[in-house]
Amino acid sequence: MSNENNPDHEDLVHIGPEMAVAEADVHPDEVGTFVRGTSLWRDAWRRLLKNKLAVVGMVVVIIVTIASIIGPTAIKAIFGFTPDFIPTGDVNATRSLPPFTGPNGQFTWTHPMGTDNAGRDQFARVLQGGQISLFVGILSTVVSLLIGVTYGAVSGYVGGRVDNMMMRIVDVLYSLPYVIVVIVLLSMFRSQTPRGQLILLFIALGSVSWLTMARIVRGQVLSLKNQEFVLAARATGVSNTRIIFKHLIPNTLGPVIVYATLTIPQIMLTEAFLSFLGFGVQAPIASWGSLASDGIQNIAIFPWQLIFPGVTMALTLFSLNFLGDGLRDALDPQMRTV
Amino acid sequence: MSSDGNLLEVKNLRTYFDTDDGIVKAVDGISFQLERGETLGIVGESGSGKSVTNLSIIRLIPEPPGKIAGGEVIFNGTDLLLLPNEAIRKIRGRRIAMIFQDPMTSLNPFMKISRQLMEMTELHLGHTKAQARTHAIRMLETVGIPDAHARADSYPHEFSGGMRQRVMIAMALSCEPELLIADEPTTALDVTIQAQILELIKKLKRETGTSVILITHDLGVVAGMTDHVIVMYAGKIFEQARTAELFAQPGNPYTKGLLRSVPDPTDEQGKLYQIPGLPPDVAHLKPGCPFAPRCDRVQEICKQEFPPFVQLNADHHSLCHFAREVYSESGGTPA
Repeated sequence: MSNENNPDHEDLVHIGPEMAVAEADVHPDEVGTFVRGTSLWRDAWRRLLKNKLAVVGMVVVIIVTIASIIGPTAIKAIFGFTPDFIPTGDVNATRSLPPFTGPNGQFTWTHPMGTDNAGRDQFARVLQGGQISLFVGILSTVVSLLIGVTYGAVSGYVGGRVDNMMMRIVDVLYSLPYVIVVIVLLSMFRSQTPRGQLILLFIALGSVSWLTMARIVRGQVLSLKNQEFVLAARATGVSNTRIIFKHLIPNTLGPVIVYATLTIPQIMLTEAFLSFLGFGVQAPIASWGSLASDGIQNIAIFPWQLIFPGVTMALTLFSLNFLGDGLRDALDPQMRTV
Repeated sequence: MSSDGNLLEVKNLRTYFDTDDGIVKAVDGISFQLERGETLGIVGESGSGKSVTNLSIIRLIPEPPGKIAGGEVIFNGTDLLLLPNEAIRKIRGRRIAMIFQDPMTSLNPFMKISRQLMEMTELHLGHTKAQARTHAIRMLETVGIPDAHARADSYPHEFSGGMRQRVMIAMALSCEPELLIADEPTTALDVTIQAQILELIKKLKRETGTSVILITHDLGVVAGMTDHVIVMYAGKIFEQARTAELFAQPGNPYTKGLLRSVPDPTDEQGKLYQIPGLPPDVAHLKPGCPFAPRCDRVQEICKQEFPPFVQLNADHHSLCHFAREVYSESGGTPA
């Protein structure tokens, strides 16, 4: 059997150093060289691919992301209108059109999801809403990662009184009902421009979403810092900062990635909720929440105005959750053989 | 300053741990010297303070609850206990390196072997990435990792225990430290690998002239590797002598007990000897000799008074009320 045509083989072979002979796909002149074993990530990746639901989730997330990113630009190039374009002229002929319907009731590809209450193309708006929703979700998660991981790692590593104080602060913030905090923040600093409002939303969501991350990372660091490799690193003169960032945090990456993937849909949902209530994204910028909020006003007559943004959002959130669950199983520390 | 050839001089070192159970005097008044190029063995049962002594030397005691309560650690003329943190960090790894007991856990599982080795020399010798890498591979070759070039980019879990301990040794020696502290380097390894690792340490010591402190509870290891031996018990030095002399003429009942506990392979019928009882709880030491409850020649005085540290000859000391008697019994002539 020729090993050269069998890419999987390389992953499966993990032999001891004494037997480091050509087993995997090596060229004849490499005979006797050491065979690369499976890395943790490749192992996790293989497990993830075995999980059908997670793969479907991953595919959907990738499709939605790509569509959201290039969609509005593509529509502009093909049909010549932007998501916030309101046609002039006869308003009644262009507003609230059903899917695939033109101003005179004829079939057309121009508006596959119909138009909204002001005559804007619903498909373009859903895609742009996806951009905003994903952007809010990912950016707030990144903020929560940066703050939460650093905070938790420092707290856990330093320990003692400092740890106690830092964690009590987290507890206090935890005990505040954060939706109300966000609403208060947003209404207190209500910005005049939609863009300003969006930035406020980031700050509000990011500032409350790092708490759980900090706790998770702290817990991990607490159990890691007493391991001998940390002592060994200290014994070689490595500084505390370097130990935290180079030695401890990479070791917490598994749970952090899993939690981050699950934080994205959570934040997107909160964003939708806030936008639905009118605190979040404001027109003409759209998000799935604000689109749903607009759509619900006419649900009895023009149900597609709610259905399309709603279904897209639900599908994306499902997919993200499936992906997160899949990642958790793939990176599960119990299954990992270190 | 150190003009007498002493690389390290520990004077009256005391390290205490503040626990719920009271203050644990893990190391209580330890003094010893180590000459350049010499190997010192520290033996004792678990909990006798061997590891804490050495962690104290490079100030890696977890604080709190640990605390170096007093003493001096003179390394090349400087008292390490007085140095600022920044300065001691420059000594760790660069001039005093350590090897730990369990090679399975003392390497970072998420870092490539090469990265972990490179970190050392980048940090202490100011190597560039390329220099550090070349050096790392050379060190791996030195410690006998076959095909070091290809294996440098492996992760620790791809190595066996013995290989990992070799990596640890490569790491410890990569900055050519003046002192190597090996804390039970072979305890977690099987016997054949033990021999290889010890042989490796011996060889590298010969080549680099590094001084070594070898912590172990294996008397066989001590006999083959060291010039001087310290026997520790309950945070104290019980006996201190040249290795050959300690084995031939022990001057302390505890050392005698330890030596008797080594199984004799030629004596198939004999029962294994063991010192009766357990090591004392160092948080609640009674006055008198801490070994008294287990000692086979205990007298009334042993329970009342703390024993003196008796000098038996130029470099042989023993902590016992009857040190001279024990020493004579084992064939020595007290000075």
